[in-house]
Amino acid sequence: MNEVIVGHISEFPERRGRVFRLGELELALFKLSDGEVKAVENLCPHKNGKLSEGMVCDHHVYCPLHDWKIDLHDGLVQAPDEGCVRTFPITVDASGNVVLTIGAPAETKVS
Amino acid sequence: MKKKLVMIGNGMAGVSFVEQLLKLNPHRYDITIIGAEPHPNYNRIMLSSVLAGDANMQDIVLNDWDWYRDNNILLHAGQTAESIDTAKQLVKTDKGITVEYDELVIASGSLPFMLPLPGADKEGVIAFRDIKDCETMIEASKNYRKAVVIGGGLLGLEAARGLVNLNMEVSVVHIFNFLMERQLDPTASKLLQKELESQGMNFLLEKQSDSIIGKKRVAGLKFKDGTHVDADLIVMAVGIKPNVQLAKDCGIEVNRGIVVNDYLQTSIPNIHAVGECAEHRGIAYGLVAPLYEQGAILAKKLAGVESDGYQGSVVSTKLKVSGVNVFSAGRFTDEPGTKALRVQDDLEGVYKKVVFENGKVVGAVLFGDTSDSSRLFSVIRSGEDFSGREKEVLFGPSGGGQTVSTADLVSNMSGDEIVCGCNGVTKDTIIEAITEKGCVSVGEIKACTKASGGCGGCKPLVEAILTTTLGVDNVAAVKEGICGCTAHSRDEVVEAIQRMRLTTTKEVMHVLEWNNPEGCSKCRPALNYYLGMAFPEEHEDELESRFVNERNHANIQKDGTFSVVPRIYGGVTTPEDLKKIATVAEKYKVPLVKITGGQRIDLLGVKKEDLPGMWKDLDMPSGYAYGKALRTVKTCVGSTFCRFGTQDSIKMGIDMEKKFERLNTPHKVKLAVSGCPRNCAEATIKDLGVVAIDGGWEIYVAGNGGTRVRAADLLTKVKTEEEVLEWTGAYLQYYRETANWNERTSEWSLRIGLDTVKKALESKEDRDALNSRIDKTLGLMKDPWQQIVESDDLRKAFDALTAPTSPEAAATGETTGL
Ligand SMILES: Cc1cc2nc3c(=O)[nH]c(=O)nc-3n(C[C@H](O)[C@H](O)[C@H](O)COP(=O)(O)OP(=O)(O)OC[C@H]3O[C@@H](n4cnc5c(N)ncnc54)[C@H](O)[C@@H]3O)c2cc1C
Ligand code: SF4
Ligand code: SF4
Ligand code: FES
Repeated sequence: MNEVIVGHISEFPERRGRVFRLGELELALFKLSDGEVKAVENLCPHKNGKLSEGMVCDHHVYCPLHDWKIDLHDGLVQAPDEGCVRTFPITVDASGNVVLTIGAPAETKVS
Repeated sequence: MKKKLVMIGNGMAGVSFVEQLLKLNPHRYDITIIGAEPHPNYNRIMLSSVLAGDANMQDIVLNDWDWYRDNNILLHAGQTAESIDTAKQLVKTDKGITVEYDELVIASGSLPFMLPLPGADKEGVIAFRDIKDCETMIEASKNYRKAVVIGGGLLGLEAARGLVNLNMEVSVVHIFNFLMERQLDPTASKLLQKELESQGMNFLLEKQSDSIIGKKRVAGLKFKDGTHVDADLIVMAVGIKPNVQLAKDCGIEVNRGIVVNDYLQTSIPNIHAVGECAEHRGIAYGLVAPLYEQGAILAKKLAGVESDGYQGSVVSTKLKVSGVNVFSAGRFTDEPGTKALRVQDDLEGVYKKVVFENGKVVGAVLFGDTSDSSRLFSVIRSGEDFSGREKEVLFGPSGGGQTVSTADLVSNMSGDEIVCGCNGVTKDTIIEAITEKGCVSVGEIKACTKASGGCGGCKPLVEAILTTTLGVDNVAAVKEGICGCTAHSRDEVVEAIQRMRLTTTKEVMHVLEWNNPEGCSKCRPALNYYLGMAFPEEHEDELESRFVNERNHANIQKDGTFSVVPRIYGGVTTPEDLKKIATVAEKYKVPLVKITGGQRIDLLGVKKEDLPGMWKDLDMPSGYAYGKALRTVKTCVGSTFCRFGTQDSIKMGIDMEKKFERLNTPHKVKLAVSGCPRNCAEATIKDLGVVAIDGGWEIYVAGNGGTRVRAADLLTKVKTEEEVLEWTGAYLQYYRETANWNERTSEWSLRIGLDTVKKALESKEDRDALNSRIDKTLGLMKDPWQQIVESDDLRKAFDALTAPTSPEAAATGETTGL
């Protein structure tokens, strides 16, 4: 397990995506309107759209390419489309740092 | 103890039967499925779309692994049933598993018919039946060029189209002198051939294949007449035969297919057959709609529900090749005792043929225009008598206008009749989606039931069922509801915004009780626009409610890069600007520089991080090539240089572009100005086009060159340049104030009527009022590129977050794998 400070909460505009790169892995991070930060892999399961550019409505993001709707809590694509995006645990610590927890390297494709 | 139901075959007919059974009686059986393919159940029909590049493998899965698990179905995928012991009621598979059954269903489909040509066993000779074949073709297209498809039927042509899309040179070999002889008559077939030739297919008709040549891999195909064709890949699509060997081996009565009665029972008790492997009243069907009908009957039988049994089906077919509309149904060939009504329009490339027997429609062929297909198909199935008024079927009661009403047709359909053949959705299921699940649009019905989600051929029928179920008024009213989050129409929303002076999307959603707290990707941009239109000064533009293009002020491309288009007023540029653009393109290694359709320069393939830097270096205004806004004003050379020009179209165009640039509109808006009626700027397919005439200007509106091409209507003629600007301003503002979000001027003007538009702009007073409102908005606009270049905060949003620091990593000196 590895904890990474991704940035400060003040760098996250509400309901807008930011990109975070870690080796080959690219994440899309979103601050929801309730202040929570969510992280998913920046890759739409449909045709690899960059989810970071999508529109955020409550805890869903709409892919900018063909409008698939993805739940940021569990990464599930919403009906009628199907699929799933990897999600990553994120916390905001007391001083406002946004902290990403990354699993074992093998799991995360990070070499 | 639950009874044991075993099914052999995990294909479309079989699994659809299981789905129906689960709906009727979910707990009656322990279900086991044995499927030879290593995949979960998928939509075989869509393989053509996968091959043509219109769908992905994962798009075509009908029931994923989870579905089997959730329904407690034991699936032995990748195993073939090898024998059935009918006495002990056991099935054995090739992997050595033995399964006991109380009820057995054989749904083994069919096998592609392979011509027994010498050399047919060579590498590169395949059929078109399953995912594996599809993958083989896609793979082959990467290394080889020449493909030959044997068989000019439905399947062969769909395979050929896919191979054309994969950039192969494709020849279709057919034994007859016309294509799709089982579905089309010679006239329609020749039209089809011409169309497909223009799409790049080559046809070798009346050719009998003799042998396949090549060493290990195929190199060509020889014909009986001594000629031959080169080939690196041969796809045989000459027909299918029911897959019956297993049934035969265990003593079940087999003719062409496994013989079944009206309740899908075979000659042995407790063994049923359904799908392409079955033969009912002498017919083995090869299309899904009848197979689903069979599945529905079998499901009732095994669930213990009574039914009248399966009575056979009338079939219809549609060719899933983009750009070609072909439909055929029933008995469409001329036989003794039949009469046909034909319409042939070579100008439009349309051919229609309806065949009657004793006054009833028994078959039809449509080419070019298939809009009558679902109606004709219903008439065939209903068996309605048209004696003495046959012509009404195509021309309506008065020889024109409305034909038999769709409402009647829909009410004549029985509830279990399949509407969507691709997904096996019945009329009842659709009605249930409307009445019980609250679907109010074709889109929602599709989301809920999958109806019309396959080839789309049934969409008109789904629409008709929706209208007859809800009543025309309700459908219309609901359609206006701006999205699934609210039942309010655009007009109600805009009225509420104005009356209550709402200024944020949040307020609107709150006051109007949106049923999703933060809306969706459809209503958020719409509300943001309406608010800005109503209160340009008070409303603060909400970036988070704008589509990515408008948020990043550049067009997103399919690979996630962006394209940058600087403004080039009226299409006129200078050597200095061209140099600047070239330098910037070099500096940022822009992979593609392209002249757009609107006379500008498109720099494609730019990384998001590079955008602010490029804009700074360009130091030119944003071209708004990304926005729902004024795009370009296209111009011709006009009187400045052209020997025909009567007015200065360049100046007029530049003036217009300078005045209206950055204007937000309900959809993109394109303008053009031509210097004389030769109309070189193509001004009559623009949202607003101006054509100079001797001593004045004509103003055309509501044209469109996009998906639905539409010639513009003449709005008015004026004398001076000032008047052109005055009318343009008034027209654009009227569109801004009355159109639905996402509605092009062409659709808008058709909806509200050109006369309404003319009337609204008729008086000078009204025009002035509209202009004063548009001027106020225009006065507030700033160039977004400039703004971002100047503001650190705005610029930062374009950078990726990097340089991760980890408390642990800092301590151990470890980096995060970078
Ligand atoms: C490319 C293509 C395009 C088509 N387009 C259309 C169209 O536009 N419209 C239309 O109506 N129809 C179309 N069809 C036909 C349609 O797909 C079939 O009619 C339908 O799939 C038949 O369903 P089925 O369940 O009977 O057979 P299948 O879907 O073929 O399923 C049979 C399954 O049983 C398995 N099986 C066989 N024997 C055994 C065994 N002994 N043990 C275990 N498993 C076994 C097979 O592997 C197969 O997966 C198309 C077909 C193809 C190939
Ligand atoms: S539209 Fe008329 S003025 Fe303009 S370029 Fe063509 S011919 Fe010349
Ligand atoms: S027509 Fe338009 S949307 Fe389609 S590929 Fe061309 S530029 Fe893209
Ligand atoms: S790539 Fe995301 S919806 Fe198509």
